[in-house]
Amino acid sequence: MNLRYVVTKLLRAIFTLWLVVSFVFIVLRITGDPTEQLLPDDVGEQTRDYYRTLWGLDRPIWEQYLLYFKAAVQGDFGVSFRNSEPALDLIWQRVPKTLELGLATFATALALGVPLGVMAAVWRDSWIDRLTMSFAVFGFSMPNFFLGILLILLFAMNLRILPSSGYGSWEHMVMPVFTLATAFAGAIARFTRSAMLDVLSRDYIRTAEAEGASLRRRVWLHAFPNAAVPVVTIIGFSLGGMIGGAVVTENVFAWPGVGRLLTSSVADRDLAIVQGIVVLVAITMVTANFLVDLAYGWLDPRIRLGPRGQ
Amino acid sequence: MSTAFVESVDVSGGEIIRPETTLDTAPTDSILKVRGLTKRFPMPRDRFFGPRPTLTAVAGISFELVAGETLALVGESGCGKSTVGNLVLNLIAPTEGTIAFEGEDLSRADAARWRARRRDMQLIFQDSGSALDPRLTIDRQVAEGLDIHAIGTVSDRLDRAHRMLEAVGLGGDLVGRYPHELSGGQQQRAVIARALVVEPKLVVCDEPVAALDVSVQAQVVNLLQDLQQAYGLTYLFISHDLSVVRHVADRVAVMYLGRFVEVARRDVLFARPAHPYSRALIGAVPAARSRHGRKVHPVALAGEPPSPMFPPIGCALNPRCPFATDRCRRETPELRSLAGGGLVACHHAEGLP
Repeated sequence: MNLRYVVTKLLRAIFTLWLVVSFVFIVLRITGDPTEQLLPDDVGEQTRDYYRTLWGLDRPIWEQYLLYFKAAVQGDFGVSFRNSEPALDLIWQRVPKTLELGLATFATALALGVPLGVMAAVWRDSWIDRLTMSFAVFGFSMPNFFLGILLILLFAMNLRILPSSGYGSWEHMVMPVFTLATAFAGAIARFTRSAMLDVLSRDYIRTAEAEGASLRRRVWLHAFPNAAVPVVTIIGFSLGGMIGGAVVTENVFAWPGVGRLLTSSVADRDLAIVQGIVVLVAITMVTANFLVDLAYGWLDPRIRLGPRGQ
Repeated sequence: MSTAFVESVDVSGGEIIRPETTLDTAPTDSILKVRGLTKRFPMPRDRFFGPRPTLTAVAGISFELVAGETLALVGESGCGKSTVGNLVLNLIAPTEGTIAFEGEDLSRADAARWRARRRDMQLIFQDSGSALDPRLTIDRQVAEGLDIHAIGTVSDRLDRAHRMLEAVGLGGDLVGRYPHELSGGQQQRAVIARALVVEPKLVVCDEPVAALDVSVQAQVVNLLQDLQQAYGLTYLFISHDLSVVRHVADRVAVMYLGRFVEVARRDVLFARPAHPYSRALIGAVPAARSRHGRKVHPVALAGEPPSPMFPPIGCALNPRCPFATDRCRRETPELRSLAGGGLVACHHAEGLP
């Protein structure tokens, strides 16, 4: 792999991260005073000043910014305003639960979306194509929270075969995973289908057919690897949507993950926690995009090598 | 619905057309026999009620290929010549007609039999840039045909691919390159190597040089001819470029709106085209006007080719032909042999000015 390609991408990723952290830091500081949310209404100005000094909110904003950055680079994201525990520890406790949900969703969406998209393209205009496209439209036009509530109504309230919310057994995972994976799988299926249709009409597929290659060989050896670039792109983009969806879905199903921590922390203006989570999400996204870029190079020799002279 | 076109050139009734005797070719070893080949594509409904319109791309064509010869199919774009190539290779299924390869009726072959038979019948595409998989190096792609037909041992296949690439003029470090690292001419050579590595007998060349620069065209055409000599190949050569066809073809079939209007040996056709449409095509090529002192009397056709969805009644050329008579507007001419050699589908071929 081209070293310059990797280094360029890495520098760009760090720059993106810096932008996100700075933006969130500034927006959170200029939109309100945490003491008004966290302290009772009837405490005096002295008490408020005490906490402002304790959290460093009395200093000029640029000084806060520099101090925050200095600490953050060393892995210190401050303490929670609510209970004075290190923010990173609080967030870190929630990460495995969100990761569990995310990985299960990712696997489900891929296992569902890719084969459906491929089949829809290979048997274009067949019943499986129509079914897949209906599912895709349903998937990304249905809001997460609404689908979640419908599922709870059906499977928890009426049929009583799944727990309505909470964390614990695999049964608890079924509905949140399905809720999140539906939109994701729909998007993957749709993009897989259109990318496959494009590639399947190329001359090298017809050449392979004329050469005597079986359908399976044409689809999986020639068509799908070439169609994979746009599919990988959409998977990278969808990850952002999935994280957003996870915040909503975790709240609907009372899943004790990072998403729930984020909503409660925003409500309380627990700045250290919110900032920490935003940085974590940003790192996840930047890493995902970086991996997507690396995957491009791996998938397409034209990107990896460039023209090597003729 | 089948009656509309079968009358044109179907010879199963045993009447005038016996290509063995009329086409001035060696009668014995015909490798490909095509009879009454027809392809109709269903089109989207234009009205809510009423029948689905169909487009007749190929209307009852019959021909034979003798081992080692080159038959060129010429005609304007949209005349169905590429469809004939795809039908012969079963890349699209014919609506009617039979294709026999080395005496085996392939219209009854199932998918597995076709896959096996493809080793003997290969295809060279027009656009070499898109005829190669961008993700695989060219030696891997050339070796793929050997993989598919399980020819040789696994370790042997890459060697054979390299030898084939060497034979088409792509030696050295070029073999390990990706398609985008090659020039257009080199890509076309790779496509040719890919088709020939499985040692086919029949090769359908679908506009094999149309996408290349003129300077490179000549090299690739010469390469195709050398390879034909070396491997004893039979070519079905589809092209709209008459100067290329004149160079490579033994016989030429001129197509118009899905039918053969004239089939003749190359020399005969270029010297004395009998059909008004052939005369219009050949008369339009500057080099054809004065070769050997025989001047092809050019024919000016009126207007554009009509839509193949609504072919004219009678002779397909009649709305554009300056010689058209009432008979041409009533009666579709069949291919018939001419005294000077060759076949023509024109009522008045002998009496034209």
